[in-house]
Amino acid sequence: MTTLRGKTAITGVGHTAWGKHPDRDRLSLMTEAAAAAIADAGLEKDQIDAVLVKMANSAPSILWGQKVAEALGLQPTIGLSLDQGGAACTGLATYAALAIEAGMIENALILYADTPRTGSRAAMHRPRGDDSVMGWYSVAAGYAMLHRAYQETHRARPEDFGIIAVQARAHGAANPHAHLRLPLSMEAYLSGPLLIEPMRRDDCCLVSDGGAAIVLSATARAQDRARAVPVLGLGQAQESWEVHLRPDLLQTRAEASGQMAFAMAGVNRGDISFAQLYDCFTVTVLQTLEDYGLAPRGQAGAKARAEGIGVDGWLPLNTSGGLLSESGTPGLQLIIEAVRQLRGEAVLQLPAPRFGLVSNQGGTMHTHATMILGEPQ
Amino acid sequence: MTRPVPEITAINRPYWDGLAEGALRFQRCDGCGHAWLPPRSHCPACLGAEIRWEVASGGGKIVSWVVYHRAYAPHLQDRIPYNVAIVALDEGPRLLTNITDSAIGEGFATGAPVVLTIEEDDGLHLPRFRLRG
Ligand SMILES: [Zn+2]
Repeated sequence: MTTLRGKTAITGVGHTAWGKHPDRDRLSLMTEAAAAAIADAGLEKDQIDAVLVKMANSAPSILWGQKVAEALGLQPTIGLSLDQGGAACTGLATYAALAIEAGMIENALILYADTPRTGSRAAMHRPRGDDSVMGWYSVAAGYAMLHRAYQETHRARPEDFGIIAVQARAHGAANPHAHLRLPLSMEAYLSGPLLIEPMRRDDCCLVSDGGAAIVLSATARAQDRARAVPVLGLGQAQESWEVHLRPDLLQTRAEASGQMAFAMAGVNRGDISFAQLYDCFTVTVLQTLEDYGLAPRGQAGAKARAEGIGVDGWLPLNTSGGLLSESGTPGLQLIIEAVRQLRGEAVLQLPAPRFGLVSNQGGTMHTHATMILGEPQ
Repeated sequence: MTRPVPEITAINRPYWDGLAEGALRFQRCDGCGHAWLPPRSHCPACLGAEIRWEVASGGGKIVSWVVYHRAYAPHLQDRIPYNVAIVALDEGPRLLTNITDSAIGEGFATGAPVVLTIEEDDGLHLPRFRLRG
């Protein structure tokens, strides 16, 4: 399982402004992001031979990958839309890497855009099947079940969750691209309104309009090797069971996904320079840190508070603000920030990072994907 | 929006009919003995199709619970705050439910024993639970 290590690289990244786009649609946002990413890779549009789109959460659509390729005026070798929830963007990068290594394609464009902020939030508030007769509504509620289970089992303090939100908001405040640039104190976190108890308002990510894109190419063929960020490790694993049907709410398939990515990358946990972890809700970050073996069970929040998760902390985490502060869009922005850190182009730039860890996950930790990136060679 | 009703199918009809008759039923596989909810045509453990319905004893334990302070649909506005809990039946199957003792979850704990109480709600019979003892 070492064959894909370093064979492909992220050669281009691009995104729109995050926040509100009342006069734009998804194709418009995706086209802007795609043009930026293709230019960043030093490529011409027609050198893109795969258009790989994550399905829009708020508007599932048939032949969506083809509509996006049409807007881009491309007839790619591979064109598709994938539904893997919030794990899809790293999933798409994985399938792109396999297709590049197999010689089927040369440059894959992976992209996403949605407009839930100015459009419909019905998908996030939706009744959950027949269980809606019990009052079971919304995406957030499943995470609140995990939050409660974590709090009860580990005797975690509210501050253990709060540190994740407080630090993300500090990073977002420093990021001129961030949707929400309002710092959050621990006192304000603790006194914030309860949404679905035990989750507070500031445990929950933003709802943002925006689009993002990355280009994945063979490392050896990158136009500018000094800015090509090699993909060292990729992993996936799927939980599948709904939250209430899981035998153990506090051990997710993130563990298996992380093990696969670390094994492929040949990197030790202690060598990771930073992590961009999917922070749709604060409990997800604590759970992922522990499932990845970066903190002992039940200790991620306490360790974050004691040793720091800022740029000079034990593990610089979500250095552009993550879903809690930069943009609530599902996942590409985390990959883009990791690329910028490893190129030395980030706003809150770390000194000479070597290895970056990214998690993507979807559903209520139903799906999980992991990416480990390295410094340009 | 009006309140939701379950989508009755050939597969789940015995579950809802059972509640109307005062029994919480779950499914068990003749082939491997696995027990589960929600209703399915095949055993998710061994994919066998030889399955039977059993009546739950009514005992269970709280796995986790949440308290809604926000109404995600108009009909829930006069219900907040309300709880939704995961209960594991003594026989193994798990389900989403409400604990009737306290809307806001006072006295709830993971592992707390609960007992079934089927309540009629606008003509629909729902499997709810109360704290035992
Ligand atoms: Zn079976």
